[in-house]
Amino acid sequence: MTAVLETTGLGKQYGKRWALHDCSLTIPEGRVVGLVGPNGAGKTTLLQLAAGLLTPTAGTIEVLSGRPGDGPDQLGRVGFVAQDTPTYSRLSVSQHLRMGGLLNPHWDDELAARRIEVLDIDPRQRAGSLSGGQRAQLALTLAIAKRPEVLLLDEPVASLDPLARREFLQVLMEVVAEHGVSVVLSSHLVADLERVCDYLVVLVASHVQVADDVAELLATHHRISGPRRDSRGLPADQHVIEESHTDRQTTLLVQTDQPILDPAWTTRSVTLEDLVLAYMGQARDEERSRKSGLGVLR
Amino acid sequence: MIRFAWLQFRNQAAVIFGGLAVVAIILAITGPHLVHLYDTTVATCATHGDCSTATGEFLKSDHTLQILFDALVVVVPGIIGVFWGAPLIARELESGTFRLAWTQSVTRTRWVALKLGVVGLASIAAVGLLSLMVTWWSSPIDRANASMYTPFDQRDLVPLGYAAFAFVLGVLCGVLIRRTIPAMATTLVAFVATRLLFNHFVLPKLIAPTQRSFALNGVTVQGFGQMNGGPFTLFPANPNIPNAWFYSTQFVDRAGHPLSTQALTSACPLLQSGPGPSAPAGGGVESAVPAPGAGSALHDCITKLGATYHEVVAFQPANRYWSFQWLELALYLGAAVVLAGTCIWWVRHRLS
Repeated sequence: MTAVLETTGLGKQYGKRWALHDCSLTIPEGRVVGLVGPNGAGKTTLLQLAAGLLTPTAGTIEVLSGRPGDGPDQLGRVGFVAQDTPTYSRLSVSQHLRMGGLLNPHWDDELAARRIEVLDIDPRQRAGSLSGGQRAQLALTLAIAKRPEVLLLDEPVASLDPLARREFLQVLMEVVAEHGVSVVLSSHLVADLERVCDYLVVLVASHVQVADDVAELLATHHRISGPRRDSRGLPADQHVIEESHTDRQTTLLVQTDQPILDPAWTTRSVTLEDLVLAYMGQARDEERSRKSGLGVLR
Repeated sequence: MIRFAWLQFRNQAAVIFGGLAVVAIILAITGPHLVHLYDTTVATCATHGDCSTATGEFLKSDHTLQILFDALVVVVPGIIGVFWGAPLIARELESGTFRLAWTQSVTRTRWVALKLGVVGLASIAAVGLLSLMVTWWSSPIDRANASMYTPFDQRDLVPLGYAAFAFVLGVLCGVLIRRTIPAMATTLVAFVATRLLFNHFVLPKLIAPTQRSFALNGVTVQGFGQMNGGPFTLFPANPNIPNAWFYSTQFVDRAGHPLSTQALTSACPLLQSGPGPSAPAGGGVESAVPAPGAGSALHDCITKLGATYHEVVAFQPANRYWSFQWLELALYLGAAVVLAGTCIWWVRHRLS
């Protein structure tokens, strides 16, 4: 399995602040990958590094085994839709498509024109007068029609209303089905990812908390509840991600490859959102205990 | 990429080239009349014997247009720097469209270089055309004025250098500041400052001036008087060298020492005791009044001083005009190339 994106110890520094620090991850090819994490986790920085817009301060990054932004071939293999989907407000939709044709050797004019027609956008309209949803669709069309091997999307639906969001993701799914392109999509809206992604990466403070196939994640994570007890007494193959206790009851979110045999537990399946929140919470708790630990040492 | 750069730029280009077309029409209508007027008055004045009146009359015609066109040649490079240069990349950085542009299959080095090339050449072409038209239109006036260094900045080659420099300066300001409006303001200030400093400190030193001596006599003395209440001075007159660019004119003795106030007073005690003429308050050398009233006293004085003193003039002769044009053009173009390189480097290494 080749990696669409592989980083080791990747870091990007602005002045004294690290926007991304010591990030190591591998994303397999041929998947629709959801990249989630709280604000400031480094999602945007990671995607801009992958698109070649930024150069790393530390570590290495490879996209499709090439250095991002390294020459026109590498640029042509990667489609990128930036946050807020920028377009030239004074140029018309058809001028944007002409731009795509002039700047990309593998440009698929027919595909682009068909997409715009299906979306019912007037090609003569200026991009500045498009709605947010239409603008996002235009940006996506530009990225798709250059026929990339991987499509990187940075929060493309964050500013869209629910209907436009659904339409956008629908188009994205059609494209994936049609062209078999790998996709990495960042978002902090887990519900959107659930609909389209088959692989999930949770990034908290530059570190990968979890990276796995979505079906696999859902099959190996369970929410169990039962009479109150200490979570340390669990079998060794059950990893507690999240726990909460009331006076009489204990609820845990555990990860395990084995079935849960203890009859005292009531087992329920988890949603992707539960899972993401649990891992983000775990990262936060680890950070807190690390900080308080340091405090004791001083 | 070249065609896309043109696609983005053509509306802006239409404004300035449209303006140029209007200027061209005005020049084409008024130009031939000016040539005709010159041919019938100034060119034939020698046969009538009164050239100064004819020249004076001729220069009064179309004076307003002349000022307007000269101003245009001075201002248009600045306008290009501010309105074409500064927003070229700053607007992309400000609106985020650089993320769209730099993720197409064109490296950003190429992207910047070709944008600089396309719009830069358009800048040079626009100002080149303007300079060519105004130089042609003004040629009768310039011939009558016989002072070719006076409109030096508005003629022939140098405006092309200003245009290239102003444009690239604007682009660089935009790349460094990353905001369109502040970049435009900075470009204007930096361009005007460069032009002023260059004209003051660099241009006169490009070629060492020629020195020439003239006898101190009634022709080389313009007058006598005080400047702004200062000591009494003998004002030297510029010798009649057509199209020269005068640096300095002064009276010196054989050892090269300039004529001091004491030497003047001891040689000509009569001049300042009488109700002799003096330059009007606040007047410059040019406005010093000749001394018709104290004629004989001044005449004696000049004769006395002429025995030991002579006039030394430092100037650039007319035949160096093209050397200056080419040198200044080369310096501005060279600066533009250096700034363009900085631009490309900065976009490549500092905006990532």
